[in-house]
Amino acid sequence: MKLELRGITKRFGALVANDDINLTIEEGEIHALLGENGAGKSTLMNVLYGLYRAEEGEILLDDVAQHFAGPGDAMNAGIGMVHQHFMLIPVFTVAENVMLGHEQTRVGGSLDLAAARARVREISDRFGFDVDPDALVENLPVGVQQRVEIIKALSRDAKVLVFDEPTAVLTPQETDELMNIMRQLKAAGTSIVFITHKLREVRAVADRITVIRLGKVVGDAAPTASNEELATLMVGRAVDLTVDKAPAAPGAPALVVTNLTVIDALGQILVNDVSFDVKVGEILAIAGVQGNGQTELTEALMGLQPRVVGDITLDGKSLRGHSVRQVLDAGVGFVPEDRTRDGLVGGFTIAENLMLDRSNKLPFVKRFNLQLAFLADFARDKVKEFDVRSQGIETPVGRLSGGNQQKVVLARELSRDLRLFIAAQPTRGLDVGSIEFVHERIVATRDAGTPVIVISTELDEVAALADRIMVMYRGRIVGIVPGDTPRSVLGLMMAGETPAEGAAA
Amino acid sequence: MSTIAPVNQPTQPTGPEEGPATTVIKSWKVPIILGVFTVLGFLLMVVFGRTGTSTMVLSTSSDLIQLPDVLLPTLPTGIVISILLAGITALSAWMVQTHRKVPLWLISVFAVLLLIGFLTWASADERIPVPGLLFGSLSLAVPLIFGALGGVISERVGVVNVAIEGQLLAGAFTSAIVASVTQQPLLGLLAAMVAGVLVSFVLAAFSIKYFVDQVIVGVVLNVLVTGLTGFLFSEVLAPNAATLNQPPKFERINIPLLSEIPIIGPVFFRQTLIVYIMYIAVAAVYYGIFHTKWGLRLRAVGEHPQAADTVGINVTGTRFWNVSLAGAVAGLGGAYFTLGSVGAFGKEMTAGAGFIALAAVIFGRWDPIRATLAALLFGFASNLQNVLSIIGSPVPSEFMLMLPYLVTIFAVAGLVGQSRGPAASGKPYIKS
Amino acid sequence: MSASQQPAVTPTKVTEPDEPSRWHGIFREITTGNAIISVLAVVLALLVGAVMIALTNPNVQESAGYFFSRPGDMLFAVWDAVSGAYSALFQGSVYNFRRPSFADGIKPLTETLTYATPLIAAGLGVALGFRVGLFNIGGRGQMLIAATLGGWVAFALELPAGIHMIAALVAGVLGGALWGGLVGLLKARTGAHEVITTIMLNYVAFYLVSFLLRDGFLRTPGSNNPKSPATKETAVFFDLLGPNYNLHFGFILVIAATVFTWWLLSRSNLGFKFRAVGENPNAAKVAGISVQRMYVYAMLFSGGLVGLAGINQVLGTTTSGFGAGIDSGIGFDAITVALLGRSKPWGVFAAGILFGAFKAGSFSMQAAEGVPIDIVLVVQSLIVLFIAAPPLVRAIFRLPAPGAPRRRPLPNVTQEVAAK
Repeated sequence: MKLELRGITKRFGALVANDDINLTIEEGEIHALLGENGAGKSTLMNVLYGLYRAEEGEILLDDVAQHFAGPGDAMNAGIGMVHQHFMLIPVFTVAENVMLGHEQTRVGGSLDLAAARARVREISDRFGFDVDPDALVENLPVGVQQRVEIIKALSRDAKVLVFDEPTAVLTPQETDELMNIMRQLKAAGTSIVFITHKLREVRAVADRITVIRLGKVVGDAAPTASNEELATLMVGRAVDLTVDKAPAAPGAPALVVTNLTVIDALGQILVNDVSFDVKVGEILAIAGVQGNGQTELTEALMGLQPRVVGDITLDGKSLRGHSVRQVLDAGVGFVPEDRTRDGLVGGFTIAENLMLDRSNKLPFVKRFNLQLAFLADFARDKVKEFDVRSQGIETPVGRLSGGNQQKVVLARELSRDLRLFIAAQPTRGLDVGSIEFVHERIVATRDAGTPVIVISTELDEVAALADRIMVMYRGRIVGIVPGDTPRSVLGLMMAGETPAEGAAA
Repeated sequence: MSTIAPVNQPTQPTGPEEGPATTVIKSWKVPIILGVFTVLGFLLMVVFGRTGTSTMVLSTSSDLIQLPDVLLPTLPTGIVISILLAGITALSAWMVQTHRKVPLWLISVFAVLLLIGFLTWASADERIPVPGLLFGSLSLAVPLIFGALGGVISERVGVVNVAIEGQLLAGAFTSAIVASVTQQPLLGLLAAMVAGVLVSFVLAAFSIKYFVDQVIVGVVLNVLVTGLTGFLFSEVLAPNAATLNQPPKFERINIPLLSEIPIIGPVFFRQTLIVYIMYIAVAAVYYGIFHTKWGLRLRAVGEHPQAADTVGINVTGTRFWNVSLAGAVAGLGGAYFTLGSVGAFGKEMTAGAGFIALAAVIFGRWDPIRATLAALLFGFASNLQNVLSIIGSPVPSEFMLMLPYLVTIFAVAGLVGQSRGPAASGKPYIKS
Repeated sequence: MSASQQPAVTPTKVTEPDEPSRWHGIFREITTGNAIISVLAVVLALLVGAVMIALTNPNVQESAGYFFSRPGDMLFAVWDAVSGAYSALFQGSVYNFRRPSFADGIKPLTETLTYATPLIAAGLGVALGFRVGLFNIGGRGQMLIAATLGGWVAFALELPAGIHMIAALVAGVLGGALWGGLVGLLKARTGAHEVITTIMLNYVAFYLVSFLLRDGFLRTPGSNNPKSPATKETAVFFDLLGPNYNLHFGFILVIAATVFTWWLLSRSNLGFKFRAVGENPNAAKVAGISVQRMYVYAMLFSGGLVGLAGINQVLGTTTSGFGAGIDSGIGFDAITVALLGRSKPWGVFAAGILFGAFKAGSFSMQAAEGVPIDIVLVVQSLIVLFIAAPPLVRAIFRLPAPGAPRRRPLPNVTQEVAAK
């Protein structure tokens, strides 16, 4: 089926998220929609899927104009979507998830689960998916859940399938498998829209590429275009984001982690017997696909995980079993991976957020009383030092942009006397300028002699910052390698393969 | 209370394509709680045991088949039951030690034994009319069950229903007026459903359309309905009691054959129409929620509204109509007060039944059958208090009345098993 | 970092939003903001109340029968009923014009303040809970336990005047704090949702107190009445304006409580942590604030403030001995007071006085015009509903929608009611 979007314009208040976008996807082609985070790709697809109503423009399927009042209409017209955040109900089985919304019933109104199971098996067999229709979705690994999403779309006879950032949660291996599935679907005549910001994937699988920037189509490209050409189109200027940093001068080990294991409430082992150290004056990057224990590892270091076995020592003093308060007081600075959830109180002012983890003693508190005058001076200083753009220190941080929010977190953490600095996904969702700023501050912290841990799922960030790289897979350390390890090796390690040379560093 | 088994040897080997590595966390909660109750039971039934004989009357005079009374020597029965309780406790401890789950039926057996022991102890040298005790329990449980079903439907679709009390009260009020004016209890029943729906409309409008916190709307609605019915009662019903507040009550209907089964018959099958409707409602809600398209969509909206939206389910509409349905069901429970038991409306006559129903929803883990059982248990507790106060109870009646609330506190504190509510319950769905 | 990295240049954040001028902001706050919504909500609720009064008035009903022949009669009857009721409400709560002297005429206002006293105290407790993200519906239980402990000290002990009062006061506040703290402890240790536990503990307290009154240490010797002995003179709150007025020392105490709560929430570090937990418990936890401990502390303070309302009843308002209904619904009224006051201490103070006026006036309204006092419940709950849904009020009065999304109008207690 041929899909055409003509002059789509979508506004949110004063903001134009999609500005007069034209896009044609031919039958049986894989069409990549390339753009930075926030460029408007997902908005466009939500318009296509009937989740948003566009102010202007029209959607045509095989040259017939469509009017979608909701996702139901879009699905009936043959459009399917594999969402970035899976739209699956965790406590339902695969079959129940697949049948939801177009249930077949038997006499008496009871659900025809047998028919749904058969449908799941049939599609699953056709593409070699190996999905058990009676498994509960919450018990399935991420990669399998994504297949359930695909089955869900195909069970409604989708002719146009939209994949919204499908590889964000996959290992390189799983990504390759997904590419194969896409090619299979294409061979079966399905048109595919592949939304991504990863250049390599686009070049591997797409037939045509449309680049979107700031809500506008800025160009088309063939898959033969070079990385540089695509990147320049995507970002709008020549990009050079390498970080200037001197070689590390590592000193004695500061943080020593021995045989650390983290278990969740259900008995799942999230971090499995890991041992490593971080030396004074070096950046250790922890790489890995999202969800392989990195988050839980940092939480265990911070005292945020209740069930921890093993040892953590900082400068010779044990940190295991200590409360977050004690860990912070021991001189650990922490930038959490989800800053709006864990790093900031959105309704609090910039000033209040700057004292968030120091609400116990001087200089911010004197005999139970907040020292508001001191706080105001402190906040004004930090706002200037970290270049936080706002209406003033009384602005609620919830109103700041992501980059400025992250600067507030950094300002707070780096203004303490640190013995260890942990930054988790420090640049996720930030604009180019803020990324540069954050990277510079991290390197400066290292150069000041503080041991630094950076957790990142982005290989490019890992490569830019790390002095040593530790790769995690399924809760274990695959290996610890030097900072200049080739990305092909890192990619294999992220899929769980131990590097040939062994853990050299 | 939890211990972690050695973690370096996961119980399952973990290959690259299998699920995540796991280890077993032993929970000693169940044995500890059973142990506490065993000790309490032993203290009550043996250490402070009472001598004499307890008589359990199993038949009513009108039964076709007359069962003989059961005579239990009070102290020996207490000793036997204490031993059995200790045995079950030990068994559960062994199960936990060997990494097994303590099954629910074992806990149920424990509870029933404890109950029999308590009854025997309390009725030393007295007669306990078992059918009467159970019949009264069911009667007291009827509005709780309707309320709990309303709560289950509403919470399963994602709207916390603290307004059950208001729905019951509104149902009681309107059914009294309509049934009095028309002299038709069935029309009263219908009116009660409409009243429940109206209360639900407000709950739905404010929580779904205006995103007001659902608990706040619920609490305020209870006050509003209390005020409205109180005002109208004083202004309208009280001055015209003869015409407006004398509804005809439902007659008892004996179901042929079934009503002659010993013990069960008199309890379950010599009831009024509302009670029979309640049986059907429990079955229908259970079947509907777990086996029909309606239920699948309802649960989907309550668990993950966005996912439901993306497959073309109208989240707002589903929530709105199901909250309304919940109101209708709870309204029926209100009608039971005026048309089934009391026979006239009185100010604040529901007296907190809505909150016990809410407790039953949670104690029953958002499952219609379990919630019904919980409501029956609460009905039993309060009727046991009635019966014991007649025979001269050794336990102050206030403590018996306190029981449902204490049990619920234990339940939400996780002492009676983990329970997980619908994931999106209480959260407004704001479409961006 | 290579070019394939994905920095976000969102169209939104290219330019800083231009801030409207200060005056514009203030104007908007007045026209679309909280202040006008609150006033309009009260007006709307009173209008609904007027409709109810008119509909149930016998004169109105009678004249409606011949509305088409003499419509004026009915309109007059409506006016008569509504204005009569509301002027009785006013004269019962603010100033009675029928009394000759100012000293007598102003008495209703002192009654209003007397009724407002426990409402403010309990309202502060509920509001404090809201700010920490806790919904304390347990006012009833906390008041009852406060009355029990404080009341026992007040009638059973022999202490010098003044000291006796302070001892009873402390015992009462402690009682409320303990009953509230239990909820905090349950939530902190087991995750039990406070909405459920507070509701359940209300009933537990009620039956406990009923038992104590019937057969326990609250029983009046030689009486079968479930009522406690009278509070000893040495423990009673002294009158502020002499024996002719009911206003007592309790009112001074709630002013102090309001100041204290204001200080706690906006000037102390504990309050800072409270608010952090209330706004974003995850971030608070990561910042080293023990969320569990804050829940316990907050419920201790919240229960203590509600306890102040409870002991106020025993030492100030009902000094002749109390029954299990001593809370007289104040625990629930407190929720509406806290919501109307938007969980801010001085807002709660004002809201408490308004609802105190409704209460004081409702009695004279019932006496003079025969309007049942239940109408106050209706008006109160409608006020809260309207305030909670500003778009509804704006739609009714055709006010412009606010230019920018506001901070949420109600405390963030939107959490699932889930037993863990």
